[in-house]
Amino acid sequence: MDKTKFGSLYISFFKIGLFTFGGGLAMLPMFEKEICEKHNWATTDEILDYYSISQMTPGVIAVNVATFIGNKEKGILGGVVATLGVISPSIMLISIIAAFINNIYSFPIVQNLLKGLACGVCALMIPSLIKFYKSSIKNIFTFIIFIVCLFLLLVVKISPIYIIISTIIFSVLINIKEIIK
Amino acid sequence: MIYLLLFIEFFKIGLFSIGGGLSTIPFLSELGIKYNWYTQKGLIDMIAVSESTPGPIGINMATYVGYKTAGVLGAILASLSEVLPAIIIITIIAKTISNFKNNDYFNKLLIYIRPCTFALIVTAFINVFSNSVLPINQINNINAFINSIDIRLILIFIGIYLLKTKTKYHPLVYIVISAVIGIIIF
Repeated sequence: MDKTKFGSLYISFFKIGLFTFGGGLAMLPMFEKEICEKHNWATTDEILDYYSISQMTPGVIAVNVATFIGNKEKGILGGVVATLGVISPSIMLISIIAAFINNIYSFPIVQNLLKGLACGVCALMIPSLIKFYKSSIKNIFTFIIFIVCLFLLLVVKISPIYIIISTIIFSVLINIKEIIK
Repeated sequence: MIYLLLFIEFFKIGLFSIGGGLSTIPFLSELGIKYNWYTQKGLIDMIAVSESTPGPIGINMATYVGYKTAGVLGAILASLSEVLPAIIIITIIAKTISNFKNNDYFNKLLIYIRPCTFALIVTAFINVFSNSVLPINQINNINAFINSIDIRLILIFIGIYLLKTKTKYHPLVYIVISAVIGIIIF
C-alpha cells in the first residue's frame, strides 16, 4: 500500500484547512496551490465543477472537495484521509481556544489583525472570481442564466436551494431531446 | 449516552444543512434548546470564534459545540459525525460521475449549472465583502452606508489585490501581510 500518497493527501488538506480563513470561495487559492500546482491532482476547471456540485449537496465545500480529490487519487480511503486532513486543524485549534483562551477574540490586537486579514482574504477572492467567471460564462445564453440567478438571489431574495433545483430542471428540459434518444 | 446523542444529532446536521457552514446555525440553535448543552448567548460567542478561526466554519462550530458538551472526545465525535454524510454522498457521486465523465449530455447539463453556481458564489462574495470591507449590500440605506465607510479597509483591500496581481507568492504570504497591516493601522 502506497503510504506516501495517503500521507501527502493528509498533509496537503491539513494545510488547506489551516491556511483558509472564511470558507467557500476563499479556499480556492489554497486549493489551486496545493491540488493543482503542487500535486497535479486536478485541474482548476475540475475544482470549479466540484464547487458546483457542492452547492447542491450537504457538507462544507472543503470536505466535499477533499472527498472528491482523495477519492480520485486513492479511492474511498483516500477520500476519508483527505477529509480527516482538512478538519484536523479546526478540531485542534478550536479545542485549544475553547479550553484555554476562549476570549481570544476580545483582545483588540486580535480584532485588528482579523480586520486587516478579512480585507486581504476578500482581495484574494477576486482572481478566483475571475477564473470562475471565465469557466462559467461562455456565451450570451449562459450570461443570461447568470444574471437571472443573480437577480433572483439578490433582489427577489429567493432561497438558493430553489434556484439550484430550478436550474437543474431547466437544464434537463433544455436537453430533453437528447436524453429521450 | 451523550456520545451517541452527539453522533446522531451531528450526523443529522451534516445531512440536512446544504450550502455551507452557516446553514448549520439554525440547527445548532435548536440543539441548544433541546438538550440545554449551551445557551443561545453561548452559541453566538461560538459563532464569532468559529468565523474568525481558520478552517471551515461548519467544522469549527461542530468542534466547539462538541467540546462544550463533552470535552475533546465530544469535539472529535461531533466533527466526524457532521462530515460523515458528506463523505458518503460525495463518494457515491464521485463513483457515478466517473461513469459519466465522457457522457455528452452530462457535460451539457453542467454548462447550464455553472452560471447558476457562479451567481451563488458572487452572492457569497458580496456578503463577505460587505462584512469585511464595505457594506455594499446595504446600499439602499444611503446614510448608514456613508457612515460606515472606512477608507483603511478599502485601502488594504485594493493594496493586497494589486500586490497579488504583481507577485506570485503563496496565498499565506498575502494573508500574513494583511494581518500585520491590520495590527499596525488599527
